[in-house]
Amino acid sequence: MKRAWRLLLRRSLTSIPVLMLVITGTFLLLENASGDAADAYLVAIGGGDAGYVADLRAEYGLDRSVWVRLWFYISNLAQLDLGQSVALNRPILDVILERLPVTLWLMGSAVALSFVFGSLLGVLAGARPGSATDRTLSIGSLALYSVPSFWLGLVLSVVFAVQLRWFPVSGIETIASGKTGLARAGDIALHLVLPVASLAMLYLALFLRLMRAGMAEVWRQDFVLAARARGIKHHKIILQHIARNALLPLITMLGLQAAGMLGGSVVIEGVFGIPGFGRLAAEAVSGRDAPLLMGVILTSSILVILVNLAVDMVYALLDPRVGASDPA
Amino acid sequence: MSIQITRRNLIRGAAILLGTTALPSFALAAAGGRLVIASDSEPRNLNPAMVASNGVFFIASKIVEPLAELGYDGMKPLLATSWHGSDDGKTLTFKLREGVTWHDGQPFTAADVAFSAMEVWKPLQNLGRAIFVNLEAVETPDDHTAIFRFSQPTPVQLIQNALPVVTSVLPKHLYEGSDIKENPLNLAPVGTGPFKFAEHRPGQYYRLTKNDAYWNAGEPNIDELIYRVLPDRAAAANSLEAGEIGLAAFSMVPLVELDRIGQIDGLEVITKGYEALTYQLIVEINHRREHMANLKVRQAIAHAIDKQFVIDAIFLGYAAAATGPVPANAPEFYTPKVTQYDFDLDKANALLDEAGYPKDASGVRFSLDLLPAPYFSETKQFGDYLRQALIKIGIEARIVANDSAGHQKAVYTDHDFDLAIAPTVFRGDPAISTTVLVRSGLPAGVSFSNQGGYANPQADALIDKAAVTLDTDKRTALYKEFQQLVAADLPLINVADWSFTSVAATSLGNVANNPRWPVSNWSDLTVER
Repeated sequence: MKRAWRLLLRRSLTSIPVLMLVITGTFLLLENASGDAADAYLVAIGGGDAGYVADLRAEYGLDRSVWVRLWFYISNLAQLDLGQSVALNRPILDVILERLPVTLWLMGSAVALSFVFGSLLGVLAGARPGSATDRTLSIGSLALYSVPSFWLGLVLSVVFAVQLRWFPVSGIETIASGKTGLARAGDIALHLVLPVASLAMLYLALFLRLMRAGMAEVWRQDFVLAARARGIKHHKIILQHIARNALLPLITMLGLQAAGMLGGSVVIEGVFGIPGFGRLAAEAVSGRDAPLLMGVILTSSILVILVNLAVDMVYALLDPRVGASDPA
Repeated sequence: MSIQITRRNLIRGAAILLGTTALPSFALAAAGGRLVIASDSEPRNLNPAMVASNGVFFIASKIVEPLAELGYDGMKPLLATSWHGSDDGKTLTFKLREGVTWHDGQPFTAADVAFSAMEVWKPLQNLGRAIFVNLEAVETPDDHTAIFRFSQPTPVQLIQNALPVVTSVLPKHLYEGSDIKENPLNLAPVGTGPFKFAEHRPGQYYRLTKNDAYWNAGEPNIDELIYRVLPDRAAAANSLEAGEIGLAAFSMVPLVELDRIGQIDGLEVITKGYEALTYQLIVEINHRREHMANLKVRQAIAHAIDKQFVIDAIFLGYAAAATGPVPANAPEFYTPKVTQYDFDLDKANALLDEAGYPKDASGVRFSLDLLPAPYFSETKQFGDYLRQALIKIGIEARIVANDSAGHQKAVYTDHDFDLAIAPTVFRGDPAISTTVLVRSGLPAGVSFSNQGGYANPQADALIDKAAVTLDTDKRTALYKEFQQLVAADLPLINVADWSFTSVAATSLGNVANNPRWPVSNWSDLTVER
């Protein structure tokens, strides 16, 4: 356990410069994009005269230099103040706290489902590489994986929401339903079924193929032959020797997925009208809302760092080699 | 262990599937006096007195009312019951409606109109700043009379045409003494309208409830309006089909879907109700570029565009060919007696030869940058079409694709284009947002204005004269002359006038009954229960 704590401490310290780099980089990137928040807003309202445009820039603080604005942002951030969103005209912390849980529910359930079912099916496929089951699963998953996410989302929506009307077409909960507690949770869960299913089906293929490939690799190793020579039962070999050894790359992929998690949901959130984090990021970019975008990216970075830490910890538990040779 | 497909497992699986069919199906949302409307944006400022734009009006016009609204047979009184201008064009007197109360119960008086005009429309509103530039004072001799005094003669025709757009009245008692720009009511408006603002769940919906104390007794007929935020256009079509929403306006349903959606029971496609919200597909021209400064080149480009093809292929018929800067939808000003440019490639090629731009060995005369505005799929598609059309006359166009903010900066601030494609809006009077597309001397950074460096003293004189001509007939005649000049000299090329479409549940009554319907107050809208 001590090993794991050492790892945790080291990783936490190295994340601070990473975060600083992310903040400055994002700010400068958006600064270099053509057009600013005032331009974006003028499109939305159909324009105004020169004085109006100048007033707008002054109101947004865009009349000050890049460095002044960056300094202002970082010094506010040091006091844990994320600032005010230009595009939404609201405190950024409020917006993030409102959107983040939605995306975490969406992506968390999608990744959990795809991980569980993907690895189980992967074990099924990898149990006898080259068998009919393996071929069917492999081809099926490849087909699923090559489907664009928005298309899958739309098809599910058309079939299950528009035609069969089993699930709502869009939104995160029934509008102004007055539901509370369990009834509300049920309502939200019902709204999440289709978006979670679309996302899970895409990731499922990834985990399935990884598990299957890992197992096929392990099958060829000598210790498997030895195990068989010792007369260990087939299903025991598969579960305790092969699947367990093939699990490590899956954990890595889980960590990588977490990074893609927040961005990957932009499309699905759009198709199902879910007010989540991906849509917020897209709105921030198109509105040239630097503080909001930085808030979004900062939160995502912290989440990614946390997930990677967790993955490292799991690694350390699963694989005795990880972190063993670290000096204190 | 391996997963075995046994009979028991199969039966269990089938039972689970059957169970899901018992889930509730979602009934038509329009029932029970509630109408759910698709909305593709959430304005950062919902105050129509400060931000006069269709995106704001779509929601806020139901809450905050203007002095007058446009009907199919002319301007209709709303908060003002009558108005008349003086002969010298320097005063305009409004008689205001009596017995009107704000949503908080306070009476509506002339003081509210005076406050809105002097503190909000003139100094803060995107359009009002220009229209009320000469407004000096608003006098209130009694609670129901407001006299607008102008320092320069101001045409009544212009102010009257602008009334629905620029005169949303705010409650003085809730704004006075506060920083108007930062007032929290800008996001939760209080007005005199048929509906009251109830709540906004960001990213999800706006909820408006019935104003029981509305001045026109018996209205409104609907208990609740919900604006559902749906940024994805395919989602809007699906939601309509599933009955989750009862109305999608401003062409939220893609044109290609309209045929199919229109055949679904309980839904209808409506093209009426947008006559005074005509969007114009125009080609903006950068006259600073040598090629473009040549009239023959501009004429050649106009001749190279097959307007009928554009209407059929891009707008699927939901548009009309444009002849000049005023759409046929504005019969008060429109004249078809202008220079016409038929689709004629031989003529276009001949004009370019005459202009001194011969084709080189590979058939290219010159190349240029074409920037289609990204705001509508139609503007982007027209960009692709124009590129093809120009190839046929030996002009090689390079399409430069930006997002909205980037496009604004490139065209209206940096002037980094040869040709650009814009969706400009005709707002009821040429002086509101049409002459700025031609007038010279505007500073860089003003969007949807002449940023192409076109400078024609004759056009400028005409525009300035019309701006101070008080006689309605003479003023109208000047704008007809303006249309002829624009069509002849081509500071810009008008291609098509398009208006939006709505898809509405057939259970709705009194839909599209005025030419600014989606942005009017909907006090008479009904839902079959």
